[in-house]
This record gives sequence, C-alpha cells and structure tokens, in this order.
Amino acid sequence: MREDSVLELRGIYKSFPGVKALQNVDFTLRKGEIHALMGENGAGKSTLIKVLTGVHIKDEGNIWIKGHERPVQIHSPQEAQKLGISTVYQEISLCPNLSVAENIYIARGDSRFVNWKTMNTKAQALLDSLGIAVKATQQLASCSIAVQQMVAIARAVDMECSVLILDEPTSSLDESEVAKLFKLMRKLRGQGVGIIFVTHFLDQVYEVCDRITVLRDGTLVGEYEIGSLPRVQLVSKMLGKELDDMADIKESAPTYSDKGGTPVYEGIGLCSSEGIAPFNFRIRKGEVNGFTGLLGSGRSECVRTIFGADKVTGGAVSMDGRPVKITCPREAMKNGIAYLPEDRKRDGIVGDLSVKDNIILALQVKQGFFKPISKAKAVEYANEYIDLLDIKTASVNTPIGSLSGGNQQKVILARWLLTHPKYLILDEPTRGIDVGTKVDIQKLVLKLASQGMSITFISSETDEMLRTCSRLLVMRDRKLVGELTGDQLTQTAVMNTIAGGEKHAEE
Amino acid sequence: MQKNKLGQIWEVISRNQIIIPFAALLLLALFNLIADPSFFRITLNENANGDPVLSGNLISIIDSGSELAILAIGMTLVTAASGGQDISVGAAIAISGSVLLRVLCGSDSRSETLQAPIIVAFLIACVVSMLFGAFNGALVAYFKIQPMVATLILFTAGRSVAAWINNNELPIVKDPSFSYFGNYIPGIPVPAPFLIAIACFVITWLVLKFTTLGLYVQSVGINEKTSRLNGLNPEFIKLLTYVLLGLCVAVAALIKVSRISTINYSVVAKDIEMDAILAVALGGNALSGGKFNMAASVLGAYVIQFLTTTLYKFEVNATALPAYKAVVVILLVVLSAPTVREKLTALGKKLRRNDLPAEKT
Ligand SMILES: Nc1ncnc2c1ncn2[C@@H]1O[C@H](COP(=O)(O)OP(=O)(O)OP(=O)(O)O)[C@@H](O)[C@H]1O
Ligand SMILES: [Mg+2]
Repeated sequence: MREDSVLELRGIYKSFPGVKALQNVDFTLRKGEIHALMGENGAGKSTLIKVLTGVHIKDEGNIWIKGHERPVQIHSPQEAQKLGISTVYQEISLCPNLSVAENIYIARGDSRFVNWKTMNTKAQALLDSLGIAVKATQQLASCSIAVQQMVAIARAVDMECSVLILDEPTSSLDESEVAKLFKLMRKLRGQGVGIIFVTHFLDQVYEVCDRITVLRDGTLVGEYEIGSLPRVQLVSKMLGKELDDMADIKESAPTYSDKGGTPVYEGIGLCSSEGIAPFNFRIRKGEVNGFTGLLGSGRSECVRTIFGADKVTGGAVSMDGRPVKITCPREAMKNGIAYLPEDRKRDGIVGDLSVKDNIILALQVKQGFFKPISKAKAVEYANEYIDLLDIKTASVNTPIGSLSGGNQQKVILARWLLTHPKYLILDEPTRGIDVGTKVDIQKLVLKLASQGMSITFISSETDEMLRTCSRLLVMRDRKLVGELTGDQLTQTAVMNTIAGGEKHAEE
Repeated sequence: MQKNKLGQIWEVISRNQIIIPFAALLLLALFNLIADPSFFRITLNENANGDPVLSGNLISIIDSGSELAILAIGMTLVTAASGGQDISVGAAIAISGSVLLRVLCGSDSRSETLQAPIIVAFLIACVVSMLFGAFNGALVAYFKIQPMVATLILFTAGRSVAAWINNNELPIVKDPSFSYFGNYIPGIPVPAPFLIAIACFVITWLVLKFTTLGLYVQSVGINEKTSRLNGLNPEFIKLLTYVLLGLCVAVAALIKVSRISTINYSVVAKDIEMDAILAVALGGNALSGGKFNMAASVLGAYVIQFLTTTLYKFEVNATALPAYKAVVVILLVVLSAPTVREKLTALGKKLRRNDLPAEKT
C-alpha cells in the first residue's frame, strides 16, 4: 500500500447472474483528494462502491485500508462504517417514515442520543451548518427529493470517516445546493478525508475533482490526473468512442410558431392539491417545450397536474380542440398523454418485476384487462426498446431493480415510448444518464417531435432544455412567471427570468 | 468440471420458487417411504352405496387438502396485492356454509326435500361471501387498515353471524345429491373435492393467462404509486383480490358442509386461515406482497396436508399435533425465505468458483 493512500482495491471481481459487473478492477484513493469515478450507465460504478461498503460481497480481490496490516474483509455496511467508510448511495436509502433527525442519528449503531430533544437540536445545528433548509423534526417523506438527498449527505458527513463515498449525489440537486455540497467536500478534503465522487456531470468533475478513474463495461480503463485528461478525452475513454457532436442538435430543432392550428393539448386555469397557482398551458403538434425554474418552483407539479398525477382541483382541458376531463392518470393515458416521473424509484419502477413487464406495463393497462400482451409479443417489444435505447440488462427477465440507475431510467422511458403517445411529458428524463446517452435522448426527443409528437421536457440542466425546446415556461415560487421563445432562448435570458424575484429575496 | 456443473444446476434450482414446496414434498414422501412404504398404498374399494372409490393415504391427502388449496389461491392474490393476509377465511366459510344450508333447507331445518336447487343456493352463498370479501377489501384498500386488523373484525364476529343466519339451528340436508361435493360422485372413484379443486386451478390458470390480473396484482403489491401513474386503480385491485378470495371461500364452504351435510358453526374450518397463510409462505411468496407464484402456493397447501396426514398416521397425539406441525413449518418457511434462498444461491456460486484455476488466496 502506498504511503499516502487511504484505500486501495486490487483485482476486484464481482458478477451477478448473467452479468460480469466488475472484472479485475483496481482503485486507489489518496488521503485528502476528491476522486471521480466515471463510466457509462452500467459500467460498474455503483457495484464497485457496494463491494467496498459491504452491500455486495466481492467474488475476488483485496481491499486495503490505511491502518490495517492485512486486506480487510467487509461483509456489511455496518462493518464498512466501523472502518471509517461513510456512504451516500445512488438510490436514497433513508427511512421515509422517520423524522429528519432520526434519519441522521438512528440506525447508526451508537446510542449517544437517548434524549430526543438533544437529538433534534443537534440535528438542527448540523442541518443549519450545512445550509439545509429543513426542520429536524419534519417527517422525511414530506421533504422534496433534493432535501432528502441533502439529509443523506448530512448523515454521511456527520460520521467520523476517512473515506466518504458519494454516488451521484448531485443528480437531484440544483446549482446552489451543488455549490453547498462542493464547499463541504473541499472542507473535508482539507481535513484529509478521501472522497469518491460519482457523477455524470462533467462540469462538476472538472470543478472539484483531483483525479479520475474510468470504468467501462466492468473493467478499468485507467486512472488519470485531472489536468492531464481534457474533457473530450475523458468522454471518449468512457464511451470507448468519440462522442457525437452536440452542436448539430439545435439546427434540427423546430422553431416555435404560435400559428399551428389547434393545440394538441390546452389547459386553462389548471391547479392541483399541491398548491401551484392556476396556470394556462398549451402545446402544438410537434412542439417541444419545457418548464424551467429552480427546484421546488413547481415545474414538476405543473406537469403532474396535466397528467392528473396529483389531485386536480380545477381547470378546463381540451385536446385537439375537444373538451376532455383529465383528473387521473388513466384518463390522461386514454387521451394519449404519457408521463415519465421525476422520482424513478418511488414513481417509476416496479422493482421486483422484470424489465419486460416494466416495459409493457403502461401499454398493457391501456389495452385493457382482457387483452393481455402475449409473452412472445412482450419479449419482442422489450427487445426492440432494449436495442433502441441501448439498455444494459442481462435479459428481458432480469428484475428492473437490479439494473444500474441509468438503465432503469431508460426502461421507464421505453415504457412510455411503447404507448406511442400523442403528447409525451418527460420530467428529468436524463437524470442519472451518462453523457453519451444524454445526447441520444435529446436527439430522440427531437426526432419524435419531427414525427409529430408533442413533448414537454423538463431538466435541471438549462443547456439541455435550450438545445431541445422551442419554448420555455418559467416557474418561480409555484407560479408561471414567463414564457421565452425564439431569440429569447439564451442562458442569460432564462437565468434572468428565473431570478426575476431574486432582488426581492436578497433584501 | 463435475463440480462446476453441479454448482450451475444448484444455482438455477435454488433460484426457482416452486422448488421449496417441491423439495418439502419429496422429503415428506421419502420419510414415509422409509418409515412405512405401505403409506403409499392405494386401493379400489366399494363404498356403502356400492360405488367404486379409491382409498389410501395419498387419496385422503388430495381429498382433505382441497379446501386449503382452493383458499390458497385467493390468499395468494390477497397477499400479493395488499401485502397482508385475510385471517377471517375460517369464519367466512362458516357464514357461507350457513347461508348455503339456510337456502337449501328453508325455514324447516329438518326438511326432507331441497327447498331450492343446489346451484341457486351455491350462487347465493357466493354472492354473500364475496360481499363479505368486499367488506374486508374496502377496509384494507380504501380505509388503509392493516389487513390483519381489518379482517380481525370478521374473524371475531363471523361464527356468531353464521349461527344467527340459521337461528342457531343446525340444519341437515337429507338429499343425497348434496353430499356428492364433499365425498364421491357416483361412478367416479376420485374424491369430488379434488376434482373441484382441479377445476378451480384450471379456471385460475385461465384467468391468469387470459387477463392481466397477475401483472396488475403484482404491480400494485410492489409499487402502488407507480401503478397509479400507469393508469391502474390500486384500491380497486386490492378490493378485487378480497372479493376473489370470497369466491374461493364459498367454494371451500360448499365442500366443507357437503362433507357432513350439516355444519358446526364453532369448529367448521377452524384454524384454516393459518394453514392457508402458511401455504402461501411455503410457496416461497413474500408475505409482504409483490411477486407471487400461484402453483407454488397450491403445492404448499398440499404439502401442509401431507404433513398433517403423516403426523396422524404416526399417531401423534391430536393435542400435540400443532406443535409438531409448527416445528416442521418453521423449518420449511425459513428455507423458503428469500434471504435464505439468496444465501443458497451464493453457495452454488462458491461451489462453482472453487474449481476455477489460479485462485489467489
Ligand atoms: N443486484 C444486482 N443483480 C444483478 N445485476 C446487477 C445488480 N447490481 C448491478 N447489476 C448489474 O451490474 C452492472 C453494473 O451496474 P452498476 O449499478 O454498478 O452501474 P453504474 O456504473 O453504477 O451505472 P449508473 O451510471 O447507471 O448508475 C449492470 O449491468 C447491472 O445490471
Ligand atoms: Mg450507479
């Protein structure tokens, strides 16, 4: 073991039925560094982390930890914690029924807090120091995903650790929260903690990381100093090929005109039980538009209202000029609307069911109770979309829960594409998706639009929306505050509109 | 090489759910074979009416296990969709059986002739039973009450309701055709309950094949929120499973009362709910809901009956019987638990890996 490393993995193998997830992978983490672990969806990043934290038992290989003479055997997350490894997993693994404070301190195996009051004050102090705006006594389930994610981070950093692992912690955070997280990470780095950081955002890698390890298809590609690996090279190392140029995307994007006949969907005075101000919304055939705004500004709530996912409390809807009633997802689906939800684990996947069943689910429901899709047909559909979206799965019968995060997302996307909707709503479709596939998805969106599908596209990444949308609706404080089209579609214009109320906030 | 194959086979086997009840069945059979091979003897006799009937321990198992197997069908659906169990099925059988007798005998509990055709009585019993199922289902699905707690109501009150339906009398059906369902149909040497059970499996199989019930039930059991966003109505589907269990209860009740042509409110189908739940667990189905394997549950039911019959055969004291059963059941259920199965799978992997050359220490 090197003098300055806190953790070394040598020759790690791990396979699952039908998948060789890791093959002969080496990894070295030095003291006081932020080390990016990069790779496509399904490359094996989360698996490597789970091997390291005892969630999965490695098939072969050695793990060395500073201060131990011999390689350590890690059989459970508790053991990993005792060895000073603290982890934030890709899928939030907290208890939704407990309060924020309880989530931070309980199930940690220490009984420092017998007193609930002390626990709550302690937790509140920790949350405040990290700038997380949440009450310690609030039930976790009632917090947004972003806050839940920050709580998971708070929980991890509050433990004494020499290794901190963050598996895609930023996928549901917005810029200001990411900034807070980075500040925290730098502080810990200064204290000598080694940090493993998994993300699909290249900007973030180049902003905070010191070194990069790249995995591809379960094997090690290499380990690089950040300075010696420019972005383009990193991407080609991850994908094993050059990335398609993104520049040509925008050219093919249609420009928005308000004269395209009757809208496919039009809603007037829509509002829901989730407390958004009544808003009007319409979309034309072949149009791609999007909702933008800060996290919690109500952009997801808007599309949930359109789809009837939340309780719709008012508004008139017409499709192709005909008035229709949409108060629940079933009615929306009948009218040809599809909705890819933001929270994949909670609202998207049916964990134990196979990839095949997950893909056909929505179509099956649409077809009806007495018209089951035959097994052969289901396999055919599944394979079609596995090819189209390049979903990495051992077989169509693999439970979706065992797929990598990004691949789960693709399965859900496949599910909705299979219903051939007239109007497709995508809430964060690229969350947790690797750089290569992100471009593919954006291209797919534009292609579908050119074939006449109407699409609403929501993303936390503004440039992704600028590249695909011909019209942006800006949300602030749960109100629709602006609409940008044509020349107004620039980063600065969007920022200005989003921040329109910022002066207000700073006062 | 040899070991490698073995490991592979082991891996495949240990991952299949139906293997657990199947292995248990083999084990029981093996035990009986060694202890007393005559256990398996089947003979063709004539019964009191001069009809040919098969008899023997195996026949008695497929005969007396029928009600349990039929209930296991409904219990599997309920478990999968709602992540909980209906503990009122025994009491519901009492109610359903009581309704059946009430309609057949009318107001005169000793009437010589049937007051209504059996089919009519059965259909009425079905409707009543499904209504009680709907009551349970509504509590679970719409009022979000824990299934065990929700069905506790009927569990407690059911047998009194059953007695009340017949004014606390014990009607006796004199017509011999009514006794066919729980005994033998003249000319067919196989017990009628088993035939009814088979009919139920076939219908269930057809329903699962030609409707999307299976997918919907599992989807709701695994992730209710997702199911709703995919256009399902989780509440209704849960309710539906309880209603279907009600239907199973009515069929089981028909067999139960037909066996003795009358009813004993306090003992009919006593403790059958526990066996039905066990059958589901033995089938390797998670009691917390989600994925299910219907065939495994049904096989599980017969394993339980096999066990009971074996214990009777070895003249285990009737009072000690539950204790013995419990021990065996614990063993089987532990073995069929997903975590144990996972461990077994891992074992298979190890077996396989041991022969890989060049293993580092
Ligand atoms: N529990 C499991 N059972 C079976 N296969 C699994 C399991 N966990 C992971 N895999 C498989 O191992 C491979 C690597 O998955 P992993 O989650 O490590 O990918 P990842 O690099 O984290 O991807 P992403 O960026 O999408 O999160 C995938 O092909 C996945 O299907
Ligand atoms: Mg991952």
